[in-house]
Amino acid sequence: MIPDELIDRVRSILNSHHHQAGALLPVLHDVQAEFNYVPSEAVSEIANTLKLSRAEVHGVLTYYHHFRQTPPGKHVVRVCRAEACQAQGGDALVAHAERRLAQSSLTLEPVYCLGLCAIGPSIQIDEINLHAQVTPGKFDALIADLEGTP
Amino acid sequence: MSYSVYIPCDAAALALGADRVAEAVAAEAKARDVAVQIIRNGSRGMFWVEPMVEVLVANHRVAYGPVQPADVPSLFEADFLVGGPHALCLGRPEDIPYLAKQSRVSLRRVGVVDPRSFEDYLSNGGGKGLARARLMTPEQIIGEVIYSGLRGRGGAAFPTGVKWRTVFETEAERKYIICNADEGDSGSFSDRMLMEGDPFCLLEGMAIAGLAVGAKSGYVYVRSEYPHSIAALQSAVAVAGEWLGGFDVEIRKAAGAYVCGEETALLESIEGKRGIVRAKPPLPAISGLFGKPTVINNVITLASIPDILAYGADSYHEFGVGRSRGTLPFQLAGNIRYGGLVEVPFGLTLRELLYDFGGGARSGRPLRAVQVGGPLGAYLAEGQFDTVLGYEEFAGIGAALGHGGIVAFDDTVDMARQARYSMAFCAHESCGKCTPCRIGSTRGVEVIDRIMAGQVEKIPLLRQLCETMTHGSLCAMGGMTSYPVLSALDSFPEDFGSLVDSGNGLV
Ligand SMILES: Cc1cc2nc3c(=O)[nH]c(=O)nc-3n(C[C@H](O)[C@H](O)[C@H](O)COP(=O)(O)O)c2cc1C
Ligand code: SF4
Ligand code: FES
Repeated sequence: MIPDELIDRVRSILNSHHHQAGALLPVLHDVQAEFNYVPSEAVSEIANTLKLSRAEVHGVLTYYHHFRQTPPGKHVVRVCRAEACQAQGGDALVAHAERRLAQSSLTLEPVYCLGLCAIGPSIQIDEINLHAQVTPGKFDALIADLEGTP
Repeated sequence: MSYSVYIPCDAAALALGADRVAEAVAAEAKARDVAVQIIRNGSRGMFWVEPMVEVLVANHRVAYGPVQPADVPSLFEADFLVGGPHALCLGRPEDIPYLAKQSRVSLRRVGVVDPRSFEDYLSNGGGKGLARARLMTPEQIIGEVIYSGLRGRGGAAFPTGVKWRTVFETEAERKYIICNADEGDSGSFSDRMLMEGDPFCLLEGMAIAGLAVGAKSGYVYVRSEYPHSIAALQSAVAVAGEWLGGFDVEIRKAAGAYVCGEETALLESIEGKRGIVRAKPPLPAISGLFGKPTVINNVITLASIPDILAYGADSYHEFGVGRSRGTLPFQLAGNIRYGGLVEVPFGLTLRELLYDFGGGARSGRPLRAVQVGGPLGAYLAEGQFDTVLGYEEFAGIGAALGHGGIVAFDDTVDMARQARYSMAFCAHESCGKCTPCRIGSTRGVEVIDRIMAGQVEKIPLLRQLCETMTHGSLCAMGGMTSYPVLSALDSFPEDFGSLVDSGNGLV
């Protein structure tokens, strides 16, 4: 993407949060929704508009686990690592997922509870797609589908 | 005439395939040329039968579950649209013992109504609390909430009415109501189910809180892991705007930091900063969001308010034991046969929840350890299962009910590994403000690694570290990580390679 276009898109996001108090997190969310990560070029633009220092924006960006500073693979797979999933075989699924996705076009991220704690182990794909009671076999089938799609 | 079919849109039902079931029902109905109206309700909270499909027959519902897309043709063959018999038929949902034995108060409408329909909300008892509150003075509303005995359901169990009174009495030109929907505790999903199944109820509770303290706007701070909750709330705000009578609600998406569930870190986060815990005083009730007096309450706390106002404090206060009044929506999770949401009055025992409701471990093996109250909650052993579910009763055994999440483990669990995880989680999530929490937790992981490698002589060092963290931490993140760690060590010493750890530091 040409840098000018990127800046234009960031500016239009910033405009839409013009009147919001404490707008930094909502802005970062929208930027990540737009680009799948928060590009470093966006940071200066955000800092200027919100009258913050670059360091402040960077500090917030790096503090929160949800935000990414580099582009992810074509899909993001989050596997729950929290206690209730551990009680249902979650650790084994995490180990399996790490092996399976070591050389993959998909990004593996940890997540600490999806609120699906009675039907674990649970995973979340691209934030919106949820899967419960995921065995290694079911995981591989889901991943094969994702790798097969553009 | 068209048949009404209820298929949940709750995240747990979706994770089990509810959307595909809805598609299959729609397609089959079309192929058979029957008119069906598919209503996406919340979940009743019995996850072993999700996706649970309900049909409306005369004036009652008949449930079928767990339904997979492949079951749909046979359901049509069996005339399920009029409640016909089928292997998956569960009868009337409210007659299923798991539900029949509960006292659904805060989650009374969840799984019953269409969460997107304001009309459905009103015709199922919604709105009465706010209507009554509008005829009352702030003092009367606060008095009612105090008398109900409601204590905060987010973990600290502080009396809600007392918190509101402080905000009411603090003069300011602006005040805020914040709903804490960060629900970070593993084993918890009651907030999520309420937001996805009955979002108007939460908005009503917030509007009543606004009338009580003199606040005209509020925020719901929802964890980013809950996109379906966020969507449900946004749609409810769009529909209910006017009815809230000038009380504005903004839905704020969090960003994956557990510690932002702590109320002052949450304030920092809404203000657009890193979620670092603030020192208290000042209390948020006096100087909170943007320095203004602020009510911060959990989802379930606020969702309990409309009924208390509608039916009077007595109706709520009559439930419970001792100083734990009302009901708590417990959440049965982990390795448990019948996992789900169990809203009951305080006063049952943990054993009743685990066995009478939960049916023991799903693996069929004995239950060995149960963590109550999230990642900062103690691990309890069989000998403690008869503890009564009440705030003081749990404090009495060095545990906490927290948000009511209950995570069951069978006898394959390695408790040293669980203790290690608790320390590692604290290290991962620490906001970094206090050295004992930030550094102590990292040291704790190392020490447990050594113990697991056979150096049992390091156990006293682990206890010492826990002690330092407990006393030197600003908030419960560092302050209560010792609960799971020390309870694991005390109740399951054999997992730490030491059968003779006497608990006094001498091995
Ligand atoms: C580390 C930490 C995490 C917390 N997470 C939550 C949470 O996710 N949801 C919540 O309601 N309260 C949470 N709390 C408790 C809040 O600080 C606060 O007590 C609560 O929101 C007040 O609402 P209540 O009185 O209705 O319980 C947390 C506390 C700590 C120390
Ligand atoms: S105890 Fe930990 S999380 Fe809490 S304020 Fe201190 S460093 Fe932050
Ligand atoms: S612990 Fe994995 S979904 Fe809650």
